[in-house]
Amino acid sequence: MIPASFDYVRPTSVAEAVQALADGGDDAKILAGGQSFIPVLRLRMGDPSLVVDLGGIAELRGVREEGDKIVVGAMTTHHDVTRDDLLNQHVKLISEATKTVADFQVRHRGTLGGALAHADPAGDLAAPALALDAEFVIAGANGERTVAAGDFFEDYFTTAIGPQEILTAIRFPKYTGWGARYEKFNRVAQAWSIVAVAATVKVEGGTITDARIGLTNMAGTPVRARGVESALVGQTMSEETVRAAAQAAAEGTSPTSDADAGSDYREHLAKVLTGRAVLAAAG
Amino acid sequence: MTTVENNAPAQEIGRDRRRKEDRRLITGRTRWTDNQALTGLLHLSIVRSPFAHAEIGSIDTSAAKQIPGVVAVYTASDIGADAVQLPCAWPITKDMKSPQRPALAGSRVNFAGEGVAVVVARSAAAAKDAAELVEVDYTELEPVLDMEEALKEGATLVHPELGTNENAQWVFDSGEAGSGGSATEALSAAEKADDQVVITRRFRQQRLVPVFMEPRSTVVDPSGEQLVMWSSTQVPHILKTMLALTLGLPEHKIRVIAPDVGGGFGGKIAVAPEEVVTLLVAQKLGKPVKWTETRSESLLTAHHGRDQIQDISMAVTKDGIIKGLDVKLLADMGAYLGLVGPGVPILGAFMFNAIYKIPAYRFDCTNVFTTKTLTDAYRGAGRPEATFGIERMMDEVAVELGLEPMEFRKKNWIKHEEFPFTTVSTLTYDTGNYEAATDQAMQMFDYDGLRREQEERRKRGDVKQLGLGISTFTEMCGLAPSRVLGSLDYGAGGWETASIRMLPTGKAEVVVGVSPHGQGHETAFSQIIADKLGVPFEDVEILHGDTQSSYRGLDTYGSRSLAVGGIAMVKAAEKVVAKAKPIAAHMLEASEDDIEFTAGKFSVKGTDKGVGIQDVALAVFAAHDYPEGIEPDIDAHATFDPENFSYPHGTHLCAVEVDTETGFVQLHKYVCVDDVGTVINPLIVEGQIHGGLAQGIAQALFEEAPYDESGTLLSGTLVDYTLPSAADLINFDTANTSTPSTTNPLGVKGVGEAGTIASTPAVVNAVLDAVRQYGVSDIDMPTTPFRVWTAINSAKGTAGRADEADVASPGAGLGSTAKDMPEGGNL
Amino acid sequence: MARIRTTVDGLVYEDDVEPRMLLVQYLRERLGKTGTVIGCDTSNCGACTVHLDGLSVKSCSVLAVQANGSEVLTVEGLERDGQLHPVQQAFHDNHALQCGYCTPGMIMQSIDLLGDNPDPTEQEVREGIEGNLCRCTGYQNIVRAVQDAAQKMKPGATASQPASVAGGGA
Repeated sequence: MIPASFDYVRPTSVAEAVQALADGGDDAKILAGGQSFIPVLRLRMGDPSLVVDLGGIAELRGVREEGDKIVVGAMTTHHDVTRDDLLNQHVKLISEATKTVADFQVRHRGTLGGALAHADPAGDLAAPALALDAEFVIAGANGERTVAAGDFFEDYFTTAIGPQEILTAIRFPKYTGWGARYEKFNRVAQAWSIVAVAATVKVEGGTITDARIGLTNMAGTPVRARGVESALVGQTMSEETVRAAAQAAAEGTSPTSDADAGSDYREHLAKVLTGRAVLAAAG
Repeated sequence: MTTVENNAPAQEIGRDRRRKEDRRLITGRTRWTDNQALTGLLHLSIVRSPFAHAEIGSIDTSAAKQIPGVVAVYTASDIGADAVQLPCAWPITKDMKSPQRPALAGSRVNFAGEGVAVVVARSAAAAKDAAELVEVDYTELEPVLDMEEALKEGATLVHPELGTNENAQWVFDSGEAGSGGSATEALSAAEKADDQVVITRRFRQQRLVPVFMEPRSTVVDPSGEQLVMWSSTQVPHILKTMLALTLGLPEHKIRVIAPDVGGGFGGKIAVAPEEVVTLLVAQKLGKPVKWTETRSESLLTAHHGRDQIQDISMAVTKDGIIKGLDVKLLADMGAYLGLVGPGVPILGAFMFNAIYKIPAYRFDCTNVFTTKTLTDAYRGAGRPEATFGIERMMDEVAVELGLEPMEFRKKNWIKHEEFPFTTVSTLTYDTGNYEAATDQAMQMFDYDGLRREQEERRKRGDVKQLGLGISTFTEMCGLAPSRVLGSLDYGAGGWETASIRMLPTGKAEVVVGVSPHGQGHETAFSQIIADKLGVPFEDVEILHGDTQSSYRGLDTYGSRSLAVGGIAMVKAAEKVVAKAKPIAAHMLEASEDDIEFTAGKFSVKGTDKGVGIQDVALAVFAAHDYPEGIEPDIDAHATFDPENFSYPHGTHLCAVEVDTETGFVQLHKYVCVDDVGTVINPLIVEGQIHGGLAQGIAQALFEEAPYDESGTLLSGTLVDYTLPSAADLINFDTANTSTPSTTNPLGVKGVGEAGTIASTPAVVNAVLDAVRQYGVSDIDMPTTPFRVWTAINSAKGTAGRADEADVASPGAGLGSTAKDMPEGGNL
Repeated sequence: MARIRTTVDGLVYEDDVEPRMLLVQYLRERLGKTGTVIGCDTSNCGACTVHLDGLSVKSCSVLAVQANGSEVLTVEGLERDGQLHPVQQAFHDNHALQCGYCTPGMIMQSIDLLGDNPDPTEQEVREGIEGNLCRCTGYQNIVRAVQDAAQKMKPGATASQPASVAGGGA
């Protein structure tokens, strides 16, 4: 199917892009990697008057180290994220989760910023970003602001990014030496996650000294499994202790019921997958 | 006359020839219908109903007509599309209820997706832009969604003019037919007998979508003397004749071309409303017109398959001998009758008794109208449903009787020395050897070893439990003996035609009436002709899919192309040889009685004198010197009408791992040994089995086309209709045994549907075998993780049965029904 | 309308396109490169896979304007002097296609995969082509073909073509 008509601009700087959005008004939309946006346009589920393509802004691409943070440009592709040494070393969870996003072709085009801004509750990168306490750098007419992950995801497909703002970068604290696992559960390889668990843990001398757990598709936004995190910390690493701690995984979630899963099944999966994710992360 | 060397090729039949078709397809030099780009070509977009059941009020096309590039916007009556009666060629009973099926709906829509208007524009994009602006005023009616509710007194009627939602009831009773006893009596006797039991089960065949990879497309060029239609169809010949009959066009003024066709699986056996609309618009405007569907349009409106409720009762002695089988079916036709839709479940009538000696059998099928997309042929058509029913039943009964499931089958199947065997459903199976296929499959599978592993995992209480499933199947294919089809009230015969044209240089053009769309006919048929005429494989060209060159044929479905069309080619080749023989004798200055034909060469017995058939072709072209009283022509034409179906069979064994914590089913091992008779090309046979398995396994594990309570299809995109990718399947271990068919001279049986027919129950039996230990006895297909987990928990009583909600996953952000996604958003 | 300049299968093209035109439409309708096909509208099927600046992409999910200044390689650009690419040859040798509709996308993705991982395991092949749907083959012979091509493309193997073509642009 063919998208409805729209105008198109391809700015070469963030300032130009912000200006283009302002000029475009309410019906202007941002094109990042386009791997969700273009299919949405093709199905005519979206009908923007102006598409602002961020693909020409070099400064939005790439991964760099800034002190105790790793900063990822919003337009860095999934492909580049999975291959980046800094991320593999310091923010392994995001690398692991990104490897499970869609397929090779989509990962070649799709971007970290685009996926996070899309905020699909079944998308695979929001829960890791939440678990990792990422910060979102957002540019607008009044300059830059930073939003914490906990405040970024507001609802289904809704984030803190304002209508005339652009997500420019995602900052991750370093989790050097932490183990990581993104445990994804879907019906077929191409399907979106029914539930997934993002877990990264620090194990020292057989004891879990720190843990971060995020849940995918257990609510309209990603959910932090803080109950599990606190139950894990200080425990001796064993299957038994991990599985016991994982029983808290469904606390504070509000999963939906649909053709793939009832809410009680999602709650059950969250517990099972949390146990598996933590055990694999602690590896 | 010179002596010729016998340089005929080695035997071609049985060789694993690489395909002739491949070169174009792997380099992109393809001719899909949508590739057609004619000067002045106009494009269609069809306006479709979002409602399952509604009266159509006014249609306002004024805004649509303002879009630049729009040539016309037509409602149904503007082009007479509402008056069309699209054909159903299989009225299964004399009193079958048959609604009018228009090409576009005039006053009422009966399923979501039915066309109500059409936009014609210079580009497909402009047509779509305009289609979105067509305003249709609908008054919604109650949808009709549940077959059992639909048959109740006072139910909302899909077609009030029919007075009922029942299309037809079709019954076979072996007591009445004289082919066996009365199943009703057998069941009631069993209920009274101490040494017998009656076991009853209900199974559901979910609704599926064929999902051929090439979306349907039709181009009509009305500018020549013959109106030309290119269409992505399996049935160009049937389409041509039906267009003539349906639209009152002179048949000789229509030419239908099926160019490269990207898969069909039954889904392209149709006279589609869109084909008719494209033709009507092209005629009205006198311009070439193209319609190409989107995938979501295809999922919504191209015909679906399966969708049955099966109530099956088996009477059996406690030591495992089947005494009677009673089958009651409800089959969902959807809103209208497709080309062969009503007959699809009836094809299953002959297959529920399968490979077993069943003394009494009754089959009672009621076809029901609902406000859903119509159902029609999908790979296997009727036979997968029957095979599933009986093979699930064999496991259920074995469990009830405490018998090993393969042992129970062995007690009841037809033994190899009993062939030919006439079944309780009146078919005569010519050949088969179930013992041989089963022995080989059990060995390849390591059945005993896997049973031991299963036991160990159970004892350990592993999270991942093993299940083993069996399907020992046969099927009837090679459609079909024309007289049998006549007795079933089918609207056509089942013969097939082939012609051989011997060109002056000795090359052979073989014109066939079957119409391939991925099967590899050009290769396999060339192998047959190469052997029969003794000419090189490379010297044979197979012509198909254009009614101008191939004027006579009944196309490709029901695994008939080789078993029927292939035999027509053999007959035509025999005629070529017979016609060439007197000419060869003349050339060799010998008596015809002294001429023998071997490996492409006519030779004089007892001498080294000979002439090749390709030289005879040149001689008749020159025609300078040939015998008196015969034509200078060795071309030939033959039609073959089979005397019987062919009956491939096989043993399929599946092992799955069920994750008891999540319900996820992982294929662990799959072995099948199929007997498809003589194999022309083992590579192609193996490929057909692989693909068939993937589709049958997908029914068991992955695919379903559900509707919500308003009659909206929930699997409207490939996000929601979950086809397996390579990552979801495993390597299959396949092998063949062979008992050549005795009803055709090649000894071949069909292979196209076997894998699909056999595999589904093997997988579901395996899933159940893994979880029966918890008290689970059935899980609806597809056996999704949610359903498996729910079944385990319900059986264990550890959790309440969760309700499935009729909505697409919120994660399916691209899903057609993701209503909760705000428009746009920052993506 | 936007002006774009692309190199497709080694030839340079300049055209005015509507911003909404998809790359696959541009290839098919404007350049006549109908070897690349459309199988869905949600980027699931992968039939439209081409290489864009050396990486496989689904050309139904890229706007033609986004390809401005880029190199595109389609299935029609793989043959060199009448010699099939080793992956094309392997698809033929292993009967890895039936109807052939998914084949262009499968071949382009397989080439990308082998550029990235020259010696994939069966599982790696399966995951490497998970974005491409086939309805005919059950994938078994496709997996076989990709592994066969991998062997033939290894340095030192007797390949019909230099292995350097893998994953590269035209």
